[in-house]
Amino acid sequence: MIQVILPELGEGIQKATVSFWYFKAGDTVKDKESLVELTTDKAAFNLPSPSAGIISEVFFNEGDSVNIGEVLALIDESLQQ
Amino acid sequence: MSFKLFDLGVVDYQQAREFQKSVFQDVACGRLPAAVILCQHPAVITVGRSGKKENILADPEALKRRGIDIYDVERGGDVTYHGPGQQLVYPIINLAQGKKDIRYYLRSLEEVGLALLGAFGVTGLRKEGASGVWVGNQKIASLGIAIKQWITYHGLAINIKNNDLSNFSFIRPCGMDITMTSLEGVLQREVSMLQVKQTLTEDLLRRRLAL
Repeated sequence: MIQVILPELGEGIQKATVSFWYFKAGDTVKDKESLVELTTDKAAFNLPSPSAGIISEVFFNEGDSVNIGEVLALIDESLQQ
Repeated sequence: MSFKLFDLGVVDYQQAREFQKSVFQDVACGRLPAAVILCQHPAVITVGRSGKKENILADPEALKRRGIDIYDVERGGDVTYHGPGQQLVYPIINLAQGKKDIRYYLRSLEEVGLALLGAFGVTGLRKEGASGVWVGNQKIASLGIAIKQWITYHGLAINIKNNDLSNFSFIRPCGMDITMTSLEGVLQREVSMLQVKQTLTEDLLRRRLAL
């Protein structure tokens, strides 16, 4: 299982808000495909999938605030097609 | 970093958006090292990802009759207005080749606006907690960016001409009760868009796009 972690986005940025999920739990994603969009300051940041596989769990909804380093979702890479 | 400069002149918002996406692909695939798109848009209102429709104060039908369309767009930030006499600067840059720091990039974009004002003898400033470039208590330039694969698009809008600023009254810019100004408004004289573009280009070349 691979964790999708919100990476460092810049000095002084502690959190971001989920604005859009491109996929939902159960969907298949490709490696590096945009998985989720988050907003911070005046930026909309697209987080790419760290792996190909099937999204097994999503922990934050659109509108939720996420801290840097938190796990946004889990991807089961053994199930990639 | 070397970059390709595109000057699109006055171009429809959606056309420029599509163009940005195609240049984005060129940068993502390595066909271009980086790019900056300069343009102006006919009057249009855009709503960013943090945008609230209630920050559009005018009736959408009335806006449509004036030829002002409203678009939901993929940049960060709230509601903004673009129109003739406003200089757009859209850098398409891979931040992974430099600093992967969104806030640093936003401050660098503001720096481009501040340097432009400085070249015209105007002292701009940043405001704590409110992005963009300000002259006194009035806002002269706004920011809104999108990042995908650490490559930027969208960017900076600097009000140059004084003609269409009243259109800002159709919205609450950035969801705030603020007054907008322009370079002409501050200088109380005419400024040519050509001179603005030349000054911006020289500045970007001098920076070697180290944004």
